[in-house]
Order: sequence, then structure tokens, then C-alpha cells
Amino acid sequence: MTEAKLSLRDVRVRRGRSELVNVPHLDVLEGEVLVIIGPNGAGKSVLLETLALLQGPTAGHVLFEGQPVRGRQLGLRRRMAVVFQESAMLRRSLADNVAMGLRLRGVPRSVRRERVRRWMERFGIDHLAHRSALTVSGGEAQRANLARAFAVEPEVLLLDEPFSALDQPTRDDLLEDLSAALRETGVTTVFVTHDRTEALRLGDRLAVMMGGAIRQMGTAVEVFAAPVDEEVAAFVGVENIVAGRVRSLADGLATLDLGGATVESVASSPEVGLEVLVCLRPEDVVIEPGGRDSHRTSARNHLHGSIIRITPLGGQVRVVVDCGFPLVALITKQSLEDLGLKVGDQAVASFKASGVHLIPRGR
Amino acid sequence: MDLIWDGLGEAVRIMRSGDFNVWEIVVRSIFVSGTATAISLFIGILVGSLIAFNQFPGRNLAFSLVNTGMGLPPVVVGLFIAIMLWRSGPLGELGIIYTPTAMVIAQTVICAPIVTGFTAAALRNLHPRLRSQLYGLGASRLQMLRLVLWEAKLPLLAAVMAGFGGAISEVGASQMVGGNLAGDTRVMTTAIWLEVSRGEFAPAIALSVILLVLIFLVNLILTTVQQQERR
Repeated sequence: MTEAKLSLRDVRVRRGRSELVNVPHLDVLEGEVLVIIGPNGAGKSVLLETLALLQGPTAGHVLFEGQPVRGRQLGLRRRMAVVFQESAMLRRSLADNVAMGLRLRGVPRSVRRERVRRWMERFGIDHLAHRSALTVSGGEAQRANLARAFAVEPEVLLLDEPFSALDQPTRDDLLEDLSAALRETGVTTVFVTHDRTEALRLGDRLAVMMGGAIRQMGTAVEVFAAPVDEEVAAFVGVENIVAGRVRSLADGLATLDLGGATVESVASSPEVGLEVLVCLRPEDVVIEPGGRDSHRTSARNHLHGSIIRITPLGGQVRVVVDCGFPLVALITKQSLEDLGLKVGDQAVASFKASGVHLIPRGR
Repeated sequence: MDLIWDGLGEAVRIMRSGDFNVWEIVVRSIFVSGTATAISLFIGILVGSLIAFNQFPGRNLAFSLVNTGMGLPPVVVGLFIAIMLWRSGPLGELGIIYTPTAMVIAQTVICAPIVTGFTAAALRNLHPRLRSQLYGLGASRLQMLRLVLWEAKLPLLAAVMAGFGGAISEVGASQMVGGNLAGDTRVMTTAIWLEVSRGEFAPAIALSVILLVLIFLVNLILTTVQQQERR
């Protein structure tokens, strides 16, 4: 049983008359990456600042390693590091900025230099060490922001939408580097985001936050595959998400093992043996009655299974086929009637290799 | 025109000869205004950061009051301080009316709002996330304040310039609470005023030139520091 590093008990945060956060119970486990995902204004940032001991809760307790924290304790804050969306650099060299957390902790100069060098190198900004922090690009500043948090070697790392202000290519690069750094250090991490890809990429566990409350908590597959209610479903997107592994690569196609089934996808730079999350939109899945031999579509993937559930959804119907894992398809009511399918029937679910989206799993 | 040229020539002569206790007056002016500026810097940074960093009811009112204070008429300040320090006034027992101390107090009342206003504006212009970020990196309250003030040092230098400029050029308050006593409370501005009222333009011009050069030098030094820092 893994110990809780940081916990919230009956925490409420009010500002004026509005309640921003109401979390009866939350544990951040030692060594995990907990992603708090939710729409804007859900109270995610307030929750993070509460965990970071930057603001006290109106009611309830923050627990650090099981011990209730009173006030904003400097000693505990110094065992953590926070990264915000905006890097808020000081008018100094980039290296001085990266060294800031260490200086505040009174770390000796020799150790400081070595750590700053190592982490700037790690995030690919060592060549900018002597540049003024106010003259670097947004992506470079955010790299420095991550480097200065890692440089203090925190026990808990708290990140508040660190990539939201960046363009897509920069964001992808940084996500990759952050994922590697998290894997390497094994630091207990809370990552706040509204981005599903970031959540799937980094999170060991996900907490879906809406209206100040945590609505669902679980692994990425659990949350995305089985949202607890419509609101959560609407936010995470109704999508097939299955854990798998890359078996082989050939001609730009990746062959994936998916709990018994084999699926082909367009290889978007994965490597053999890599653990991945396979994402597939239900509207990209075509359903046919089972038993037919020739499939007259261009789809590369044909999975056989029995229909386990049919749920009407407005003009469309949600069909779940057990292909070794539950695969959700969204088809029109008319198609379902034409095909004459019902629960228990054998069916073939088809989809294109290009419809499969792979997310490498960091840890 | 002759009046000006004669005055300038006379001014040069006075400055060379050290007549008329010019340098004594200059030194006293720098001492009184320098002290007032130093005290104002202390008050201004304290009050300015309190207003800039804290959310409290009446914060906008506080900003308005400080901004009003930045334009306080020195004569009014002089009147108020004179009443307070008058022998029969509330603080008359201190017996400091017509002393350099009284002048320092009056100039501080003029100068402190200027420094406070500049400080508050400078701190408000910093990155809104800077304080949270410093706390998030493990800063204590004191460390945060030190770093934030250091970060705002260029506009704070401007505050020093404006504050010192306001103090040393002010005449009404110094006259009223200092009394312009020769060898005791006479400063450059009150001396100029006195000389002109006596029709002695030459020494007035001499002092004016020195006053201008002094203000220029202070600004030159601080601007140079600013430029070097900005690099």
C-alpha cells in the first residue's frame, strides 16, 4: 500500500460568497503523477494552490505525510516546487532564475552550479544560461520554469497548466521532456490541465474536477472508458481508450496488441515494445453483422465480438461490442434497424488504421 | 538683460570666493532634503508595498489618498506642521519649530507620498504571478519582499529622484517651519527667496545655478545606474 504524500480532508475554499473548492477527500500518493483535469473555472488552480500551501483552506485540512498542516509552513513549502502557466521570470540571467529556488533554500554555490547546469542541460536551455530571462521565447522560459522546479529536487512537484500558453509543437516537445524527467526522478506530482492528451500522456491517475468538486477519480482508462455521468463524459469526450503495446512496425503501420486483439494503426513515431494508450472515436467505428467473410471497406481493422449493450443516444445509437475489450461504436438508428442487430448478436467492428490515435505511456 | 549677465558674473565670483556662506547653505540643503528622502523611502516602501500587495476594503481610497498626497502644496504642509509644532501647539513641547528637524519633518510629509505612489505603481507593474511564483519556489515573506523590491529597483530609483527633487526644490514649508535663520535653518530655496525680496539678484542666481546643477547631478547619477542595470 502506497502512502499518501499530500492529502485533503473536508477542504472547502470560499472567496466572498462563492465556494470555489469542496473536496471531502483527496490523496496524492507517494511517487504517482496525479492529473487534475477539468474545464476552466472548475477550481483546479485553487485546489493546486491549496495543496501547495500557498493559500489556506476556508475549512478542512491539508495533510503532509499524514500530518495536518497549520498555516503556510515555510519548511514544508520548501519540500515542494510549483510551476505556473506563466513563468514570471526575474530580471536576471536565465541561469540565475533557474538557481532561484536553490538560493532561497541556502544551497551552497558549488551544489547550486552543478544542479543548475544539469537541469538546464536536461531541458535543452544550457546555451541560454547567460541570456536575460526577459529576452527568451515563451517555450524557453517555460523550459527554465520546469528546470528551476526540478533543480530544487522537490518531494512534491505541483504544475498548474504549464503548457497552455505554448504553441502545439513546443507543447509536444516539452510534454515529452517533462514526461521523461518525471519518469527519471519519480517525484510525487500533481498536474493540473484541461487538455486530454496531456492527461493521458502523464497521469497515473486522473481526477476529473467540475464546479469545485472532484467528480471522478481513477486510472486514465477507467475515467475515459467509463465516465461516471454525462457531464464528465461530455468533458472527457466519449472515446474508446485501451491500453496496448506496439508489437511490430512496418511500412508506416504499427501493429498493436490490445488485450488479445490485434489492431493496426498509422505509426506516429512509436517504437516496438512501447506501452501506448490507443484512442479511437466511436463515430469512426463501423458495425456489420458477424459471419461475413469479405469486408468491402478500406478499413484495415476488423474485430469480431458479440454485442453486449445497445443504448439509444438521440438520433444515434451507442453499440458496445466485446472484442476482448469493450469497443464503443456510434451508428445511426437507421443503420441499426437495417442491419437488424440486437444484444447477443455476433458483429464485426471495423475502423481505419488512420482513425487510431496513439498516446505513448510515460510510466 | 544686463541684470542676468551681471547676476551670472557675480554668481561665478561668489561661488569662487566662498562668500556669503554659500557652501554652508548648500550642505545644509543636501542634509535636510537627503534625510527627508531617506525617511520617505522607508515609509514609502513600507506603505507602498502594503497597498500594492494586499486586498482590503478601501484600497482604491488608499491609492487616491496617496496620489493626492503626491501633489500636496508645500505651503499647506508648512502651515499644518507649523501649527503642530508652534510653541502653544499640540507638539509645541518638543521645541523643534525653527530647527532643521522641523524642516526634515515638513519635507518628509511632502516627499513620502511621492515615494509611496511611485513604489505602489512600480510594484503593481510587476508580473502579477511573481509573488506566488517566488512563494512556490520556497521564498519566505522577507525573501519575497527583498526580491520583489530588487526587481522593481529601476522605478524605485525614479521614486528617489522625484522625492529628492520635490524636497530640495520646496520653499514654502521650509520657510514656515524653519524660519530661514542664517547659519541655522537657511537652505538654498529660502535663501534665494530672501535675496530676491531684497533685490539682490546675483546671489539668488548663484544659488539657483547651484541648485539646478545639484538636481541635475543627482538625476545623472541615478539615471546612469538605471541604464547600467537595464543592460
